[in-house]
Amino acid sequence: MTEQNFESAKSNQNGADDGADSVITSQPKHVNVPDITGILDQIDAVLEKNSEEFVSGFVQKGGQ
Amino acid sequence: MSVHRIMGIETEYGISAPNNPGINPTILCAAVVNAYSDFIFPNRQKPMRWDYYVESPFNDVRGYEIERELADPESWTDIDIGMPNLMLPNGARFYVDHAHPEYSGPEVTNPADAALWDLAGDRILNQAAQLASELTGTLITIYKNNTDGKGASYGTHENYQVARETPFDDFVKHLTPFFVTRNIWAGSGRVGLGQESRTSGFQISQRADFFEARVGLETTVNRPIINTRDEPHADPNKFRRLHVIVGDANMSPTITFLKMGATALVLSMIEDSAIDFEFNLADPVLEMQAVSRDSVFEHHLQLANGSEISAIAIQQVYLTAAQQYMANKPPDAMTEQVLDLWQKVLAALKNDLESLVGTVDWVTKKTVLDSYRLRDDLGWQDSKLKAIDLQYSDIRTEKGLAYLMQRNSKTPEFFAEPEIAHAIDNPPTDTRAYVRGKAVRNYGNSVVGASWESLIFQISPDEPLKRVGLPDARGYGAIETQELFAVPREPAQFISDFERHLKKQH
Repeated sequence: MTEQNFESAKSNQNGADDGADSVITSQPKHVNVPDITGILDQIDAVLEKNSEEFVSGFVQKGGQ
Repeated sequence: MSVHRIMGIETEYGISAPNNPGINPTILCAAVVNAYSDFIFPNRQKPMRWDYYVESPFNDVRGYEIERELADPESWTDIDIGMPNLMLPNGARFYVDHAHPEYSGPEVTNPADAALWDLAGDRILNQAAQLASELTGTLITIYKNNTDGKGASYGTHENYQVARETPFDDFVKHLTPFFVTRNIWAGSGRVGLGQESRTSGFQISQRADFFEARVGLETTVNRPIINTRDEPHADPNKFRRLHVIVGDANMSPTITFLKMGATALVLSMIEDSAIDFEFNLADPVLEMQAVSRDSVFEHHLQLANGSEISAIAIQQVYLTAAQQYMANKPPDAMTEQVLDLWQKVLAALKNDLESLVGTVDWVTKKTVLDSYRLRDDLGWQDSKLKAIDLQYSDIRTEKGLAYLMQRNSKTPEFFAEPEIAHAIDNPPTDTRAYVRGKAVRNYGNSVVGASWESLIFQISPDEPLKRVGLPDARGYGAIETQELFAVPREPAQFISDFERHLKKQH
């Protein structure tokens, strides 16, 4: 399988601190990605079409 | 001991009505459980109730009981608010827990059965949601995850029966570093950092950001890494039930198997005083989050003595100790399987992450996410990546990305379809879940209440209730109750024979 390297997208640091930034954040500089190009078509076919609406609509109450 | 002991898994699922986002989630949950109830008990007159006689959520394993008014009202699990509550023919409990449908798998005796009946639960929830969607005309979707990414978290709890005589501090001491580092292979992956995902990025664990204490009784606020709830559901003089709330829900049955098996092995070593090392973490709560944020294994955990060590190294020390511990024990196939898998997974985390795609949930999820980031040039704040995170845990077989990736994986399925189908309809044969499941299957209309330790029967509305206690988790299996189910009986005859059978046993 081929591996592709790329610069990881810079984290969005604009959000307010919600208590978790005090720990060490170690996001990878380079990422090796297994080639799943053939599978992405299958995922595209089932992925929720309006991701923005889908994500904002998924609101849960806390549990245990 | 080995990987074999009484254990079980409880899962609170995420639930959504994407086309009707305003619906009260508790109503949605009730619709799902009721739809399944109507499906398996089509002639039932009265709802089944939970028998709260034996529930004591305020008992603390450290030996005291906190007062109800001091406890968080969210932990009042022993108050029946009239929500549907089912015991299933496979011995599991399926009910509404606050705003989530919960499937509590039956008591089992080994990690393979724990993973199998957990997977059966995913299928049951999927069918229940489909039935409820048809009945209500509203699409209801279910997710096996642990956070909505907006501040709410809900749990996947493991339960292990452990020896009462083992000092609880020993469990705290040796389980804490194990749990803090276990996520490197047991984590399910998450897009978003912080409880409310205010910072963009990927982390290994769904749950890590929701733990705020080292040890404690709570499960809904100020969650502790080691939970002290003391409700053995068995002889309290002999046993505790270790209630583990720190884990992620796993879509991979292989990882559920490894999680239950490796944890059971560590518990055996603790009970046998076979651990001669100690990782006294300077700050376990902070380290859990740090481990979760380190998907390239560069982080070193700080120990109280000033030294530092990586998460993989800590896991390797536990694995090596478990291998040495088992070297002096009679060989056991399932324990070998757990040790081999544990070793392979740790080695692959270091050298061959790609081989874990389709097995380790966070690796599988991150592979999909990274592939989309690369192809579509997306930043971690992009809603498409958040959607992939969610849809990874969609339990619809045709929509769930975990299933899709597993189908495309070269690794064979951990369980065959006929095994899964069997576990949906049948209880394990070697615990009291057997008699519970069989009684519910054959005499369900007469079972008016149940708990882990009891069944309550009523033949007709004018007859008194009959409560049958099942205190021994290992009792009442297929062999012990063979004659009870050998021939069909009328419900009244069954109940009196059941009572006589139990008296004979005690």
